[in-house]
Amino acid sequence: MRPGFADPVLDTQASFRAILEAMSRPGRIQRLEAAPTPPAPLAPATAAALLTLVDAETPLFTDVGGEAADWLRFHCGCPIVPQPGQAAFALIVGAPPSLSALPAGSDEDPQAGATLIWQVAALRGEAGWRLSGPGIEREHRLEVRDAPASFIGEWAEMGRAFPRGVDAILCAGRDLAALPRTLRIREG
Amino acid sequence: MGILARSSAAAMTEHLEAVPPLPSHTRLRGPETGLVMLRGRAGGDGAAFNLSEAVVTRCSITLSDGRMGHAYILGRDDRKAELAAVLDAALQDPERRPALLSGVIAPLAAAQAAGAEATARKAAATRVQFFTMASMR
Repeated sequence: MRPGFADPVLDTQASFRAILEAMSRPGRIQRLEAAPTPPAPLAPATAAALLTLVDAETPLFTDVGGEAADWLRFHCGCPIVPQPGQAAFALIVGAPPSLSALPAGSDEDPQAGATLIWQVAALRGEAGWRLSGPGIEREHRLEVRDAPASFIGEWAEMGRAFPRGVDAILCAGRDLAALPRTLRIREG
Repeated sequence: MGILARSSAAAMTEHLEAVPPLPSHTRLRGPETGLVMLRGRAGGDGAAFNLSEAVVTRCSITLSDGRMGHAYILGRDDRKAELAAVLDAALQDPERRPALLSGVIAPLAAAQAAGAEATARKAAATRVQFFTMASMR
């Protein structure tokens, strides 16, 4: 078993600040320096986001197993649920499930929508998708390597149900970017 | 673990000097201090109620061979929690277990038993016999 954050209090605060910054500036890549060294297949940024956001009150759906799942259970203390529909957070390192499979909240309680923590191969600004929406003056670019082609269509489909929807946090290595549900994505 | 939880860090360190040194370890979590709610039941079978909160320190460590040790102790003694967690992990090792059991755990258990007996003796000396209907008959 590997340890979590070296300094649980300050590192969690720094990660929370980075996630907040990422959510307020959708598509801008944040670099997490104070990330732990988690067991494979988790990346440092993924682990930092999980340690910061997930706890005993947030059921997690995940496609990782073995040592990584044990590590999450120990350090986050979160219940791991078998169906994405029961989750508050979904940790995905492989192909993401259909966005409609995750809870989207209701019109009265849109905050009950799940957050997708999606680990991708690499993130790069200045290329790829064209992002617009609240928090972006004109346009941000974000390239998500190996993102499935159907993702943009599903995202647009989800946007029609606003304020219901799913927020996404994309992690790769020590980099992290967020896609809040208000974001509009166009192919670059 | 109960014996370790009831003894002090100083007593543990003292007995550890006599046995082979403990293996090196990595901290997984803590030592960190928090509160736990103690719950009680009136008469042992009544409805549960919150009795009070207690200060508890916990620590989890791992040894280089992958064995994990955990400790939850009453109070705020970080060093005691860490020592107890390391001992918990080391005691799982069949090679270290006999030396640790005889060198550390047994003397601590004996000291605690002696302390408990001394308290019981003191209490017994001041015991008052009430003459009830049952004993007078």
